[in-house]
Amino acid sequence: MEKTVNRTSCTALIIGGSAGSLDVLLEIFPQLSQNLNFPIILVVHRKASNESLLTDLIRNRTSLLVSEAEEKEVLKAGKVFIAPADYHMLIEEDHSISLDYSEKINYSRPSIDVTFQSAAEVFRSGLVCILLSGSNADGVEGLKSVNNFGGRVVIQNPNTAIMPYMPQQAVLQVQPHEVVDGHDMATYINKLNN
Amino acid sequence: MIDNEQVELLLNDVLETHGYDFLEYSHASIKRRITRLYALDSFVSFAEFRYTVKTDKQYFKRFLEEITVNVTEMFRDPSFYKALRNDVLPVLGTYPFIRIWVAGCSTGEEAYSLAILLKELNLLNKSLIYATDINPSVLEKAKKGMFPLNYLKQYSENYLQSGGTKDFSTYYAANYSLAKFDESLSSKMIFSTHNLVSDHSFNEFQLILCRNVLIYFDKDLQHKVFNLFDNSIENLGYLALGSKESLDFWPKAKGYKRIKQEKIWRKL
Repeated sequence: MEKTVNRTSCTALIIGGSAGSLDVLLEIFPQLSQNLNFPIILVVHRKASNESLLTDLIRNRTSLLVSEAEEKEVLKAGKVFIAPADYHMLIEEDHSISLDYSEKINYSRPSIDVTFQSAAEVFRSGLVCILLSGSNADGVEGLKSVNNFGGRVVIQNPNTAIMPYMPQQAVLQVQPHEVVDGHDMATYINKLNN
Repeated sequence: MIDNEQVELLLNDVLETHGYDFLEYSHASIKRRITRLYALDSFVSFAEFRYTVKTDKQYFKRFLEEITVNVTEMFRDPSFYKALRNDVLPVLGTYPFIRIWVAGCSTGEEAYSLAILLKELNLLNKSLIYATDINPSVLEKAKKGMFPLNYLKQYSENYLQSGGTKDFSTYYAANYSLAKFDESLSSKMIFSTHNLVSDHSFNEFQLILCRNVLIYFDKDLQHKVFNLFDNSIENLGYLALGSKESLDFWPKAKGYKRIKQEKIWRKL
């Protein structure tokens, strides 16, 4: 494929993370450009509870609009949507959000695989998926789908991850377009803007 | 991989042959359930899968059970049950007779949680819980009131967090790997199939619980189901939804008032 085709503009960015990913996220968000022209979806493993701790933490570190995703909400450029604890989050053809309380995948709900897979087919070459630190292999199957549908696979350099297992598995099993150090992730995301 | 067109073919077959209408379900979710089942049961081709679903009655039972989501918990979202215990059920307690509908009850965990609350408030003897689901096989499980013992630690924690003060283990007897819940709880339950998509209102209730069912429906179908509930709730009755569901965009929502922070609305 030609470079120009590879460089299709980003229409949606999904970041998946598990154990050890919070540090990276808290480093990324303060540095993000204020006028990103794509939505950011965040799927982070955490304990099931009603509290919106993660949403508050991220919200305090960026001027982008941050909210926990509501079902049927439509993705909008420049907004951050956080998959709610204890629900899987899927993306519909019309870019609206569906929530799902089905079985855990990889012991996780939300599962990164579920969101990656459903978005892969919807956004195709416009999708960019980033997989961060974690200690299970959730996200790896999803990245394979992203690859199959022409999306862009980005993995945090396992050497810079607090829990390297998840990005390591991804690097081993999926052909990533880029492997990016944690510290450079914000710069990478800002460059996706066009 | 199954594509969007194949999903539509399959769901049209299911409607025509078996009378179940999944066409207004959220597409991404139902597609994922179908793809999952197709892989799980190792079909060789979509054609084979489609033919089996269409012609094999026994397999269709499995199809129905697997493409609908039957994951549930006792006292899920403890703060919700706390609100039922403190704010809703005491009001219903002033009625001579309490009728509750648990719509989409799956294997019954919510119905049993509710029965425990009613029992502790001394209201169970004048209550009836109608527990319905689209799926006959989950209702069979619900009737038995037996849940995997390894979940009970979590349920017991949820119960305590929801304001329960008893020893949770007094409500069930452990039997090998299962916990069998007290029959005094299920004696006040009526189990029946009911399809929210195609069936009508069948009674009037003071409380309808329908939690984490509507997330699988598209907007139009959600509104149809809200109308069905509206026709089934008495004035001043309550409607309870899942923690990420809302009445907000339904045209008649103005006729309902939200209770505190919870996803509970009262009909005005």
